[in-house]
Amino acid sequence: MDSFWGALAGAVGLVFALDPDLMEIIGLSIRVTLTAVFFSCLIGLPLGAAVGTFNFPGRTLIAVFLNALMGLPPVVVGLMVYLMLSASGPLAPLRLLYTPTAMIIAQMILVTPIVAALTRQVVEDLNREYAEQFASMGVGAFDRLTAMLWDARYSLMTVALAGFGRAVAEVGAVIIVGGNINHVTRVMTTTIALETSRGNLQLALALGVILLVIAFAVNACVMALRASAVRAAYA
Amino acid sequence: MIRRIFQGVLATMIVGMLATLPAAGDEKFIIVQSTTSTQNSGLFDQLLPKFQEKTGIEVRVVAVGTGQAIKNAANGDGDVLLVHSKPSEEKFVADGFGVARADVMYNDFVIVGPSDDPAGIAGSRDVVTALAKIAESKSLFASRGDDSGTHKAELRLWKAAGIDPSEDSGSWYRETGSGMGATLNTGTGMNAYVLTDRATWIAFGNKGDHGIAVEGDARLFNQYGVILVNPKKHPHVKAELGQVFINWLLSREGQQSIADFEIDGQQLFFPNANEGSS
Repeated sequence: MDSFWGALAGAVGLVFALDPDLMEIIGLSIRVTLTAVFFSCLIGLPLGAAVGTFNFPGRTLIAVFLNALMGLPPVVVGLMVYLMLSASGPLAPLRLLYTPTAMIIAQMILVTPIVAALTRQVVEDLNREYAEQFASMGVGAFDRLTAMLWDARYSLMTVALAGFGRAVAEVGAVIIVGGNINHVTRVMTTTIALETSRGNLQLALALGVILLVIAFAVNACVMALRASAVRAAYA
Repeated sequence: MIRRIFQGVLATMIVGMLATLPAAGDEKFIIVQSTTSTQNSGLFDQLLPKFQEKTGIEVRVVAVGTGQAIKNAANGDGDVLLVHSKPSEEKFVADGFGVARADVMYNDFVIVGPSDDPAGIAGSRDVVTALAKIAESKSLFASRGDDSGTHKAELRLWKAAGIDPSEDSGSWYRETGSGMGATLNTGTGMNAYVLTDRATWIAFGNKGDHGIAVEGDARLFNQYGVILVNPKKHPHVKAELGQVFINWLLSREGQQSIADFEIDGQQLFFPNANEGSS
């Protein structure tokens, strides 16, 4: 237990020391994760909503497929992206390996299925209430989709947070495609892995505490945003 | 109101995204595929700032096991390879992936073990007999099991002892399939013997009650070599900048910087660039 309380104290010390290296690492973590989640939502929200709203052949199959992809192992995604971006891979000319962009791509592949699958569920449930009304009013497909996404927006915030949680905590994929290069692709999770391998368990745990606090802060911001939005809507 | 908040969040994200795009013109860097021991010990933190100050070249280190480093370099995902498994390195050059190989420095492997020393090998200088005793007493031994330079060295030593530990994999012989640090964490956790390079051990922060049991055998010698990835195989390799880095490592200044690197007053790597390298 000694090391646990030591880690807590260490985490507080690290944060207040405002170590520039640590700030850089935290900044990159947040930037990579938020960018990945943003693009995942851009793809996943409409995709999930479409599968949840419209009847078409193969719809159930796609839903099952999306749900299954939520369980993609990060290391496998990391390897796939590495093989694509490697100098011997098909996307070599992009020169993206060992850059933050490569890490964003890997996280997008992990997060998009989560966003799409959860969105599909949320929208499908909502669609049961709305379907008849839409049909009687003769609402077009695109308007149905946007109405669904808009009306489910509060639930979808939680969906985005689920994606954020996956991305910010993930290490297996980003360490392969990013390479954990100091000052270039080193993020919180890869730093924790590195310090663990150096046997600096307290420091690693302290960094873990900081990561937890960041996740907490992001969640709190979204919840606050949601609360003020709800208040505004009913004011 | 709500829409405005969403727009604000969106705008922030897009700005953040653009900031992530690689800055143009920031191209004077090389990628070095190297091993965990050089990174975990902190050697690169000592060398690279000096090199960058002198030449303006940024060195980006990807630290993985020697086996993976060699594969990555063979794929062209690096400009320079700095690893420690001479037979694999020579094969890398012979296969045309590397231009030439040069000795850079050495340290040595040690066997670390629990203080109660179940195999009775503490203080021994004969690594092969020590391994035989570990196998005989069925004392726990944690192996890298990951095709790294250290793992290959360990397998050569078992072979010299005439023992095939893989037959007992899962009982007293535990293959972690992980890096040096992770294997040391496992070893100290389960009271197992571990073969490790001395640099990683000295810099390691979670030693528990483990100490060095076997050291000083000539067969524990651990040579590091450096290779420029062949631009004929991979035209995008920054051969010129990579060669500058290699020349600096092998120069008097680079070699001195390696010798100057100490932890707790102990020198971790011993430069030997000019002692009859290939």
